[in-house]
Amino acid sequence: MGWALIRAYTVLVYLFMFLPVAVVVLLSFNASQFGSFPMTGFSFRWFETLWQNEAIVRAFKTSIALGLMTALVSTTLGVLAALALVRYSVPGREMITTLLIAPILVPEVVLAVALLLFLNALNINKSFGLLLMGHVIFTLPFVILVVQARLVSIRRDVEEAALSLGATPRQTFFAVTLPLLTPAVAAGALFAFTISFDDITGTLFWKPGGVETVPTQIFSMLRNSISPEINALGTVMIVMTVGLPLIGAGIARSLANRKGG
Amino acid sequence: MTIESREKRQPWILLSPALTAVTLLLIVPLLFIVVYSFWLRSAAGADTPGFYVDNWQKVLTDRFYRDILLNTLKIAAITTAVCAVMGYPAAYFIARSRGNKLILLVLLMLPFWISYIIRTMSWINILGISGALNSALLALGIISEPIQMLYNEVTVILGLVHFLLPFMVLNIYVSLEGIDTNLEDAANSLGATRWQSFIQVTLPLSLPGLAAGGLLCFVLGAGTYITPVILGGPRDAMFANLVFEAIIRQLNWPLGSALSLALLAVLGALVLIYNRYLGMAQLAKGLG
Repeated sequence: MGWALIRAYTVLVYLFMFLPVAVVVLLSFNASQFGSFPMTGFSFRWFETLWQNEAIVRAFKTSIALGLMTALVSTTLGVLAALALVRYSVPGREMITTLLIAPILVPEVVLAVALLLFLNALNINKSFGLLLMGHVIFTLPFVILVVQARLVSIRRDVEEAALSLGATPRQTFFAVTLPLLTPAVAAGALFAFTISFDDITGTLFWKPGGVETVPTQIFSMLRNSISPEINALGTVMIVMTVGLPLIGAGIARSLANRKGG
Repeated sequence: MTIESREKRQPWILLSPALTAVTLLLIVPLLFIVVYSFWLRSAAGADTPGFYVDNWQKVLTDRFYRDILLNTLKIAAITTAVCAVMGYPAAYFIARSRGNKLILLVLLMLPFWISYIIRTMSWINILGISGALNSALLALGIISEPIQMLYNEVTVILGLVHFLLPFMVLNIYVSLEGIDTNLEDAANSLGATRWQSFIQVTLPLSLPGLAAGGLLCFVLGAGTYITPVILGGPRDAMFANLVFEAIIRQLNWPLGSALSLALLAVLGALVLIYNRYLGMAQLAKGLG
């Protein structure tokens, strides 16, 4: 009896987590001109409106460019640091780890203020560059944690075998370590991209006037009231941040299977 | 260069880009705003460097700031407690279920991939004037006029719980998963009821996960800026809103620095206490 109760409770918890999001997706296909119940029919009209909304398209371009560059920089720094932490006995590793994950221990608002004021004193104003630096610093800890977790499972003897067979450390890294590392690198990059793509708190502090990312665009549209267009935008974002990683994982798996078979 | 000294230098070469980034983009900026918080705001916008305690005096003695700080901590505490009560049984179910564990875990990770602002604003579709709940109540004839359920403290907490619950469940799940189920079986075979063995064996062993989840919920909740703006009313401002107000709207950067540091001090103290007793390893486990 107790178990059935826990099961029902868990179902309710999951419903709580997903029902509101499901409603966003449902309402984005609403034919009615108000973004609300009752639904009057099924339509793609709000997605068409989105596509024609220049501000939204521009925000998408900004978000994607920012996300890609953040992923590139953050993953490079993160993979190198994770390699050092997993592969070598570094004196003071505890301290170093704490320092490297510090950006997530500091509240994002505080990080945002500190970075904005400091870089402003160096004459670096609100700009795309500032946004990029901000996004790199708070995605870095997540990349390091994710990559570290994956790295632990790569066995060291494969590299030692390559070295003992006469490969230089550089050759070993590019021919052996890097291919084995690829899933970890991909996971880190995907994580960095998604966090950057979703970020709003820091972005509101760092973005120059007139530049919007998708979340800040939604935020400014919410000031009035919720429109069906926002629900459609939400659906597109969900498809991007949930659908693309799933497809990516699927492709990776089928490639791995083909190689194996 | 000998192989040994090479081995010694290599990790530092690998670490240096990340350490430089954290130092230049986080540590030095934090030290900089400590200095900045003692400067004096000037009307021209160029603040006067120096050692003035005015900003700190204002932050520490003004009742307005103190009340909002206390209110922020209260909201974070309620949010954390609700997350624990909602999250523990769910985490227990996932950890002990056999067949559908994988799908439950994937679903649990899903909210992390769905935009925070979308999840927050989704409640407007549910609780707004023309939202799902009002429509249902109108259709059932329970109410004749839509009622405003949004823009109060309860909806702020609701939004925060919705945002933070996955962190809590995940952390509790990780620690439950690490407990040897034989321990519970042993307790049962020695005559404990299932409830007794849960209370005396499983629950205490899962407390580190509960603490890690609690810390994350509290710190992230107390630092929120967006949720109160979207789901709260004019009187539901939290501390981070004051920071935004000072820095972006009033351009009072010295005061904004002091406010930021006050928030950091309060939440940082919690992190330090946690670190002292439980260490960062548990937290890293839940995040990885």
